[in-house]
Amino acid sequence: MLVHLPIAEITVNALVILGMGGAVGFLSGLFGVGGGFMMTPLLIFIGVPPAVAVGSQANQLVAASVSGVLGHWRRGNVDIRMGTVMLCGSTVGTLIGVWVFSLLQALGQINLAISLSYVVFLTLMAALMLNESIRAVWRRRRGGRPRPRSHKQPWRHRLPFKMRFQKSKLYISALLPLAVGALGGLLVAVMGIGGGFFLVPAMIYLLGMPVSTVAGTSLFQIIFTTGMATFLHAYENQTVDVLLALLLLAGGVIGAQFGTRVSGVLKGEQARLLLALMVLVVSVNLAIDLFTPPDDPYSIEVRGAGPGTP
Amino acid sequence: MIRGGGWCFGSVLLAALLLLAAPASRAQELVADLSNHLIAISTAFTGTDVVLFGAVAAEGDIAVVVRGPGQDVVVRRMVERAGIWINGPSVTFSGVPSFYRVFSSRPMAEIATPAALEREGVGLEHLRLLPREPEGLSQARTVEFRAALIRQMQDADLYGRETGSVAVLGGRLFRADVHFPANVPTGQYIVSVLLFREGEVVEAQTTPLVVSKIGVSAEIFTFAHHQSAVYGILALVMAVSAGWIAGLVFRRG
Repeated sequence: MLVHLPIAEITVNALVILGMGGAVGFLSGLFGVGGGFMMTPLLIFIGVPPAVAVGSQANQLVAASVSGVLGHWRRGNVDIRMGTVMLCGSTVGTLIGVWVFSLLQALGQINLAISLSYVVFLTLMAALMLNESIRAVWRRRRGGRPRPRSHKQPWRHRLPFKMRFQKSKLYISALLPLAVGALGGLLVAVMGIGGGFFLVPAMIYLLGMPVSTVAGTSLFQIIFTTGMATFLHAYENQTVDVLLALLLLAGGVIGAQFGTRVSGVLKGEQARLLLALMVLVVSVNLAIDLFTPPDDPYSIEVRGAGPGTP
Repeated sequence: MIRGGGWCFGSVLLAALLLLAAPASRAQELVADLSNHLIAISTAFTGTDVVLFGAVAAEGDIAVVVRGPGQDVVVRRMVERAGIWINGPSVTFSGVPSFYRVFSSRPMAEIATPAALEREGVGLEHLRLLPREPEGLSQARTVEFRAALIRQMQDADLYGRETGSVAVLGGRLFRADVHFPANVPTGQYIVSVLLFREGEVVEAQTTPLVVSKIGVSAEIFTFAHHQSAVYGILALVMAVSAGWIAGLVFRRG
């Protein structure tokens, strides 16, 4: 079933896109992360221009996080106050991110920036997750108990502008969620991901939020950051392909259903270990591309109609 | 194709008759036309052929140049920095035809003097590709990036690797089959037919050809580019409602 993606300007098999959406949706249902970090490289791989991959992915994530947040909302697991403060930070982050994106696009370095930030962030995340999950698996083997988390970090309690977050039972400086949000917004704009894989650990370890409210709250604010990124990409760069986003979404919703079911079978540490390995594979693949000499060092980019020769 | 050919043959005859009807007038040395003046790119478009046909009053050599709309093109060269391959120096060329093909009845070198080819801009080596910021640009770099640009366009099947052929029948009628690949860029094309005698152009005729996208996806593209803000908002509305519906389905499931 061939379809022509209007903005990506390529003709693809709709089933391939649905399948990709399904596969990534499955993984996100399985591991509880958005999976944007896998989708963008996949889209680039099948020939979608990187800028369009990022823009459309942001659009699809709006839908995915809306549907995700509904369930958390019903269970009362969304800390609106925390989410709103983070949102203020991420608004700034997203604006800066889209501006940086346009600048890099003009300089011809956007592909490099996307690949590099993927390699750096994914390798970092994979290393952290691997470290953590290997320890956890190992502890379980030895029959020991998980070490109690969080010996208090005094520096974050000395920051000014303290706020009370009742739902999360926290009294912390507003600067912390602002900063976390800002970095998350930057990631959304430049990498086309929801940023869940960064936000969730940051909210647990940096802000000290209870695990119960983390997923709902991060999704809540991801709706707005990805929404903002979608609008700005559409407005500034014309890189949002609605058809691509719809196809990905349809596949993703179905895939996530199955993923959630299978996730009951896996233990938490095993799931995280698997996820870490997968993240590592994606980033190693991207890194290899960066370090491999290109077949043809020259590339061309059409910059719209100029004053043409008759 | 058969129908097109028949129609085309009829037109050639008509053109020839018109020519012969006015042999005394020296004004019309050359008439030519295309079998089609519009190439509509739909979702299922996989490339198409357009026939150029015409007649000359007296024997001569024919060259046909098909040229897509001019555009600015940035050519970049990757360089290695700290082991990573990144885009390095770049040159922006103005007025680069998005599509370029030359057809001729005999090898170009035999039918025209280099000066005439240069003047008419016929052939890839005579293509006028001007760097937009020539200041501080060495001749060597311009030549290098120009060659890279042409090679890339050839790899994309947008520039011809060789000169195509113009078939001449009885010294008077001619035709050339112009193939447009699936990735043919949109816009206003110009097809120039040149009549050469003794190495110089004696008459030229240009015919427009429009390549445009049709269908829903073309409309979405235009909409996204001309009303970006509205498009962005609609994309959001679509995503939120799709997510909402998905969430409801999920709940039941």
